[in-house]
Amino acid sequence: MLTFILKRLGLAVLVAFTVSFISFSLLFLAGDPAAALAGETASGEDIESLRKLYGFDRPMLVQYGDWLFSAIQGDFGESYYFRLPVASLIAERLSVTMTLGVCGISFALLTAVPLGVAAAIRPNSIIDRVALFLSVAGQAMPSFWFGLILIVIFAIQLGWLPPSGASSPVHFIMPTIVLGYYAMPAIMRLTRAGMLDVLSSDYIRTARAKGAPEGRVLFRHALRNAIIPVVSLAAVQMGFMLGGSIVVESIFALHGAGYLAWESIARNDLPTVQALILVFSMFYIVFTFLADVLNAWLDPRMRSS
Amino acid sequence: MAHIDNTDPLLQEITGPTPGQMLRKRVFGHQGLLIGAVVLIILLFIAIFAPLLAPHDPYAQSLMNRMEPPVFLGGTWEHPLGTDHLGRDYLSRLIYGARVSLLIGAVAALISGVIGTAMGVAAGYFGGRVDMVVTFLINVRLAMPVVLVALAVVAILGGSLQVVIVVLGLLLWDRFAVVMRASTLQVRGREYVAAARAIGASTPRVILSEIMPNIANNLIVVITLEMAHAILLEAALSFLGLGVQPPTPSWGLMVSEGKNMMLFEPWLVLIPGAVLFLLVLAINLMGDGLRDVTAPENRS
Repeated sequence: MLTFILKRLGLAVLVAFTVSFISFSLLFLAGDPAAALAGETASGEDIESLRKLYGFDRPMLVQYGDWLFSAIQGDFGESYYFRLPVASLIAERLSVTMTLGVCGISFALLTAVPLGVAAAIRPNSIIDRVALFLSVAGQAMPSFWFGLILIVIFAIQLGWLPPSGASSPVHFIMPTIVLGYYAMPAIMRLTRAGMLDVLSSDYIRTARAKGAPEGRVLFRHALRNAIIPVVSLAAVQMGFMLGGSIVVESIFALHGAGYLAWESIARNDLPTVQALILVFSMFYIVFTFLADVLNAWLDPRMRSS
Repeated sequence: MAHIDNTDPLLQEITGPTPGQMLRKRVFGHQGLLIGAVVLIILLFIAIFAPLLAPHDPYAQSLMNRMEPPVFLGGTWEHPLGTDHLGRDYLSRLIYGARVSLLIGAVAALISGVIGTAMGVAAGYFGGRVDMVVTFLINVRLAMPVVLVALAVVAILGGSLQVVIVVLGLLLWDRFAVVMRASTLQVRGREYVAAARAIGASTPRVILSEIMPNIANNLIVVITLEMAHAILLEAALSFLGLGVQPPTPSWGLMVSEGKNMMLFEPWLVLIPGAVLFLLVLAINLMGDGLRDVTAPENRS
């Protein structure tokens, strides 16, 4: 188990370094970052002084090393637009995104797992068809469109929910549904497939044969085994959702890290964009690492691979 | 050589249906696949013949006729789906928008398909270090938030159709690599691969004529799913204002432009979104259907 964790940790660290290098090199994709920063009207001298000021005149690898060293210490430089440390900007906005992410994944799990179980208990029944329809529709639904429809119905027509903002828990209802629905289809399909698989196994037949009540068979014996891959998927989806929250946050004007990313990209605020890409990647890496460890702990067969 | 009539009832009784007949039966017995394919073909037809089908020029502005409602909300047949905030015919923009979506979906899926398949097949076939490197690259790619990276790169390089296509193509290869790697691993140890090697076939030949045909069904499924993915991502990027730029008729952009008038004219948002949903739904239904139809475990 310890070897597995160490190996997996080593991989995670290596991935993290590679991602950090890629997000750093984005800055150089634009050509000359100093010219981009100075704007179109700047003179050659202005650009040169900016180049010196931000250290763009040094070799790229040196700059990367410098940036990484500071980033590890939690210093991502200063935002070009806000003129504030990027780290504190992100930290301030991250709570909204994390709240949204946790609500979203909870919503997805609370709808997908019961639906998946119900669908697996009675394959081809009405409930199975409804579950299938919801998952097929969910995969094709553009999340920005879904969000706008919810706003039209529940905020404009019915007036039940506020259309935008993040000042109260009520403001999180629609964003949670939109973000959660994005993660729901995959979780539902995996739960259903896992349950179908487990329900046809020998130990379920044994449990039924010895007269265990159906509820006990389904939840103590079947679901506990079928849920293992779902845990891992949920962690991965959580990582994806934080990265995908940019769309949802922009529709509902939730001023979280995703909204900050959108603003910063539109404003060419590269230090903030770099840091956000790195932060979202780190979340994904940490979540998948935890999921793998959890999986290995729950299911010893996973430790060998 | 005597001509053998496969449809001869007597022969069928002896030999059973041919593989081709069984495939046809599976295809035409699969509702999702059929519905998806029909809708997709219709939309493809609309995209190809857009200049003939569109009643107006999708770029022609007419400030006298702004925001006319669609026919079913009291508009006229002159503009069946009404006009947008610049007086452009909504139906024509919708029709030309099918071109943008399908083009982006197809080309992005093609680019990512080539990259991902090459990586996945190499990893599965050669194993060892190659596999380690590819698996590592897949891990790195999955860790990068797609929407964020795509937005940033498109913003830096400037939003245009070509840039969006290439950026999405370079980002969406992960599922190709994962699925092709697993599929190659499955067939690599089969007898026909060993036989081809034994008669002295070169590595490229083994890969191209033994491995590829036997993993092609999985490849087709992933192509459809990634096409849908790319179309949704383009719409999201354009919606956020950092994808395809105006006045190009992109469905995501149309939703974004209609968003400000959503309070009084919700159809400006509903119509392009609904068409986008329909297209992605059709592609996904077809992909899921192809998976069901070609999966060996369903061949009874």
